Amino acid sequence: MAFFERLKQGLKGVRERWSGGLSLLFSGGVVDEAFWENLEEILISGDVGVDLTISLIDSLKRDAEEKRIRTPEELFRLFEEMISSRLLAVPFMGEPLPVTPPSPSVILLVGVNGSGKTTTAGKLASRWTKEGKKVIFAAADTFRAAAIEQLKVWGDRSGVRVIAQQHGSDAAAVAFDALQAAKASGADVLIVDTAGRLHSKHNLMEELGKIHRVLEKEKGDSRMEVLLVLDSVMGQNGLAQAETFNKMLPLTGVVLTKYDNTAKGGIILAIAHSLKIPVRYVGLGEGEDDLRAFDVPEFVKALLGDNGHGQGN
Amino acid sequence: MFDALRERLEGVLSKLKSRGRLTESDVDSALREVRRGLLEADVDYKVVKTLVEAIKIRAVGKDVLESITPGQQVAAIVYEELSALMGTEPAPLAISSMPPSVYLMVGLQGGGKTTTTVKIAKKLSAGHKPLVVACDLRRPAAVEQLRILAEQSKIGFFGPAAGESDVLSVVRGAVKFASERLYDVILLDTAGRLHADEELMEELAAMKRQLPPTEILLVVDAMTGQEAVKVASAFHEKLTITGVVLSKLDGDARGGAALAIRQVTGVPVKLAGVGEGTDALEVFDSRRMAQRIMGMGDVMGLAEKIREMADSGGAEKIAESLKQKKFTLEDLLLQFEQIEKMGPLDKVLEMIPGLSRMKGMGADELDAKRLKQSKAVIQSMTREERREPSIIKGSRRRRIALGSGTSVQMVNQLLAQYEQMRKLWKQFGKQGGKGLRLPKGLFGGGGFRFR
Repeated sequence: MAFFERLKQGLKGVRERWSGGLSLLFSGGVVDEAFWENLEEILISGDVGVDLTISLIDSLKRDAEEKRIRTPEELFRLFEEMISSRLLAVPFMGEPLPVTPPSPSVILLVGVNGSGKTTTAGKLASRWTKEGKKVIFAAADTFRAAAIEQLKVWGDRSGVRVIAQQHGSDAAAVAFDALQAAKASGADVLIVDTAGRLHSKHNLMEELGKIHRVLEKEKGDSRMEVLLVLDSVMGQNGLAQAETFNKMLPLTGVVLTKYDNTAKGGIILAIAHSLKIPVRYVGLGEGEDDLRAFDVPEFVKALLGDNGHGQGN
Repeated sequence: MFDALRERLEGVLSKLKSRGRLTESDVDSALREVRRGLLEADVDYKVVKTLVEAIKIRAVGKDVLESITPGQQVAAIVYEELSALMGTEPAPLAISSMPPSVYLMVGLQGGGKTTTTVKIAKKLSAGHKPLVVACDLRRPAAVEQLRILAEQSKIGFFGPAAGESDVLSVVRGAVKFASERLYDVILLDTAGRLHADEELMEELAAMKRQLPPTEILLVVDAMTGQEAVKVASAFHEKLTITGVVLSKLDGDARGGAALAIRQVTGVPVKLAGVGEGTDALEVFDSRRMAQRIMGMGDVMGLAEKIREMADSGGAEKIAESLKQKKFTLEDLLLQFEQIEKMGPLDKVLEMIPGLSRMKGMGADELDAKRLKQSKAVIQSMTREERREPSIIKGSRRRRIALGSGTSVQMVNQLLAQYEQMRKLWKQFGKQGGKGLRLPKGLFGGGGFRFR
């Protein structure tokens, strides 16, 4: 279970970074103004965002009032439940993508520059090839220098064919070719790696729209997933990214990358809350196995530092 | 850059400005918005706390309550505190008196180190002979990426031999390579790493010991959230960084990270990445940035651009024709060309005061295409028509539309704009022609107004 252990290790850091704040917070024994202030600080410092933080705390206060909850321990459990249920209210939250006929399933990876799209493409391919699926890459990042080469390295690692054209060629044409190739060779999955783009760049977003339209038109009855690849160090801009990409495409899921960082990734709460887009996977490192399904209870526990709450010492 | 923060502060402060006098509760409500704005902009929670307290102490004092324009007073205080927080002087890159200067580029994965490395090298190549060195031996094709970018920018490149796994040996090789070929600045592009990864952080420390570097630059994504402070202080503790480069500032990221990094580490933000092209790197000017946050517009930046442009001599020609109180379509064409030269249109517009306050004036909507079309319209006119636009009637308009690949409406609009500008110019000429002024209604159909 070396794989599982590694994930555990990866997540350990995630949990530890939260535990300090919250266990301290909930071990004081009294619920006073300082308590709420600390809670606010912990959430905001976790990139949850100021508006959502205030609204979460308000609902917690209301719930606590209704249920006559007075102790920090109970409040903690209530809060944990509240956040979990909010996340789980989003359909497909934490569910890995199914690979089902009709083939090929099309996975379009989008995101801002440097969020980890190519690495995520590599990890997804490795995951599926290990399950015996036949995967094909579309190197639709025709802009960044050596992006195609980078994807080819990933292709070599897991024996996945890369459909690519010249650097600078039309990304939508690459996607089209790759989809034809995937169909012709009976592939189960086509993973389309696109160029990173800031969501505020209108023309680049239009280009992405074109790639999407081409795939949408050509894929037939196959399922298509559009995943936003989101860096967990991302601040409040992450929500704007999700909103803008969603408007253009729309998105069907999120991959939270670099979650082995000490960043909290709290922005996905806001994304789940306002856009109802599920987080499907988290990235936990640079290796091909460092991807796993997003685990809500684990995320929330990590988020709130549930390492034996209520321990008064 | 910082747009959202700026908008929020502008909103709050314009509310204040609309009142005659400022009460203490006004200050409180304004500061609540300031706090929210800063937090939404990803400014560190603790920094916001300190900042808001400092502003409050100063704002609730007598000078504000007794002031005639309280809103301006608060604005000034917020501005002063913001710029004090960011540091005041622009910090240039250090060049060693004993060449070669060595720059160690560090940061998280995906922050933009490789692109920034090439941008800096390109900027330096005006007066130096820089060498970029691929020290990222981990990410697939990272070496290739740097090699390609360096080649495109005609900058010296040094990469590891195939199969090389020791970064320190790459560095040794690069130093030797540089001294043989008289490169005087060596930029080391390192692998992205987590600040919490002890082993990899130690690798950087070892590189530092081996050299030692003239600059250790931390590249931070402008979109980074609350983690920015932790990242910066971790790298700083381990390496004693000498500067920060804020990357991807061309997005709509609020970029609050910049405020806090300086506060927490004391290290200046030296440069800002503002686009994907290898030229899109600017000196980070905190004073200017504070002005922008406050919605004062980047007047200084615009002035600089215009000065640069004036060097090409075009400004004199316009000034010449101004003196003669004559403004022709040829002047307009010249001006379009110069606006193009100033760089990406959205960036020029971003610098104009008050523009951010206008709805629907997002920089994206003002694409350079419009400018190109306007140029095409003028270029499709005969010399006669350009000098005496009043002769352009129906059939000439149709011909021009056809020739420029636009429409008659477009031609009409351009002529209307020209007429508007001609009047403006006439007035301006009377004022003595001290400098250039951007005309109204240049890009949009109906034209827009600067404030």
